[in-house]
Amino acid sequence: MLGVVTAVIARDLKLAMRRQADIVSALFFFIIVVSLFPLGIGPEPDLLRKLAPGVLWVAALLATMLSLPRLFADDHRDGTLEQLALSPHPLGLVVTGKVIAHWLVSGLPLTLIAPVLGIQFDLSTEALLVLTGAILLGTPALSGIGAIGAALTLGLRGGGVLLSLLVLPLYIPVLIFGAGAVDATVSGLGGEGHLSLLGAMTFASLGFAPWASAAALKIALE
Amino acid sequence: MLEADNLECVRGERRLFAGIGFKLGPGELLYLKGRNGAGKTSLLRMLIGLLPPEAGEIRWKGEPIKAAGEIFRADLCYLGHLNAIKEELTPLENLMVAARLADETLSEDDALDALEQVGLAGREDLACKYLSQGQKRRVALARLVQERRPLWVLDEPFVALDVAAVDWLAQLISAHLQRGGLAVMTTHQPVDIPAGTVRELGLS
Repeated sequence: MLGVVTAVIARDLKLAMRRQADIVSALFFFIIVVSLFPLGIGPEPDLLRKLAPGVLWVAALLATMLSLPRLFADDHRDGTLEQLALSPHPLGLVVTGKVIAHWLVSGLPLTLIAPVLGIQFDLSTEALLVLTGAILLGTPALSGIGAIGAALTLGLRGGGVLLSLLVLPLYIPVLIFGAGAVDATVSGLGGEGHLSLLGAMTFASLGFAPWASAAALKIALE
Repeated sequence: MLEADNLECVRGERRLFAGIGFKLGPGELLYLKGRNGAGKTSLLRMLIGLLPPEAGEIRWKGEPIKAAGEIFRADLCYLGHLNAIKEELTPLENLMVAARLADETLSEDDALDALEQVGLAGREDLACKYLSQGQKRRVALARLVQERRPLWVLDEPFVALDVAAVDWLAQLISAHLQRGGLAVMTTHQPVDIPAGTVRELGLS
């Protein structure tokens, strides 16, 4: 059963490595958007510290959105999606592999670069740690929820805009608890509660989203 | 083995066909014929379970394909209009990945041998985006060389192939039928496939 998940992950990672421009452009988008804020606001450390979690999280949501339309579109266009749907494995497992691969090439790089970007906002070490942890815990949920949107808008004209309208509202809980974790830590309340909720959202979305996406994909393939 | 009863297909507001039925046993080949837009591809997609029929039922080994699910799909090999190959991967990688995702064991030697048979020797390590249309089609067809699943559903398999490749593919399908396999295919080209029983189904 797990063989198909690792096979899909291995395939998608190999494809991503052959098309590095996609990974790099989403990552640079994240870096640039986050870096524009300190430049625009000016050297006011208090204000920057307050803004940092929200800015990083909103930029992470938008950077994730960039790569979502292609999650299933390429496979749909060249016919491999049909073959995946006809493989003897449940389609939900195949989609699980695709979601994990998507996180590895979009969410993981964002997580790794986030602490470096946080320094621009004069965040304390503790706040940086919590921020990175929150992004690490929250981004898989972004990939999972995004997969449902990508599957529902597959094959539609102007699907990209519709995808944003569909998915961004669903990202709100992740945004609130992700940014909230840092605020709570800075104000001394402790961010554990927020982080636990983020983890719960990630587990729920990784368990549920692939099967919802698979149902949507089957309709798209009819 | 493969039975269809009273199938009906509606696409949009139009009814493409109704009351289509057939029975196909081991070693038999079914040709679907009909003009463009008659619903040949729709019927094929029904047979593989991607398109639910408006009415009627399709059974594999006596069981409805929807209920048989994974058991049916493990017996099925489908080759569609699209080649289902990844442009960024090499022909060899494409074959290996496709086999792994379909839960088949394919050794690298067998894959190389299959590529040689379709005339792609020397191009195993070239990304597929550099291949011509016909060569891409050959990469897709190379999957069939080691394919031992009993039911082949082929949508226009001869498109974009030269004369020698058409003969080669006809031999391949014939060998599959002699092993007791079943095949359903559409084609506009008259191709002579030496097989035991050839059935024809016309869609109008």
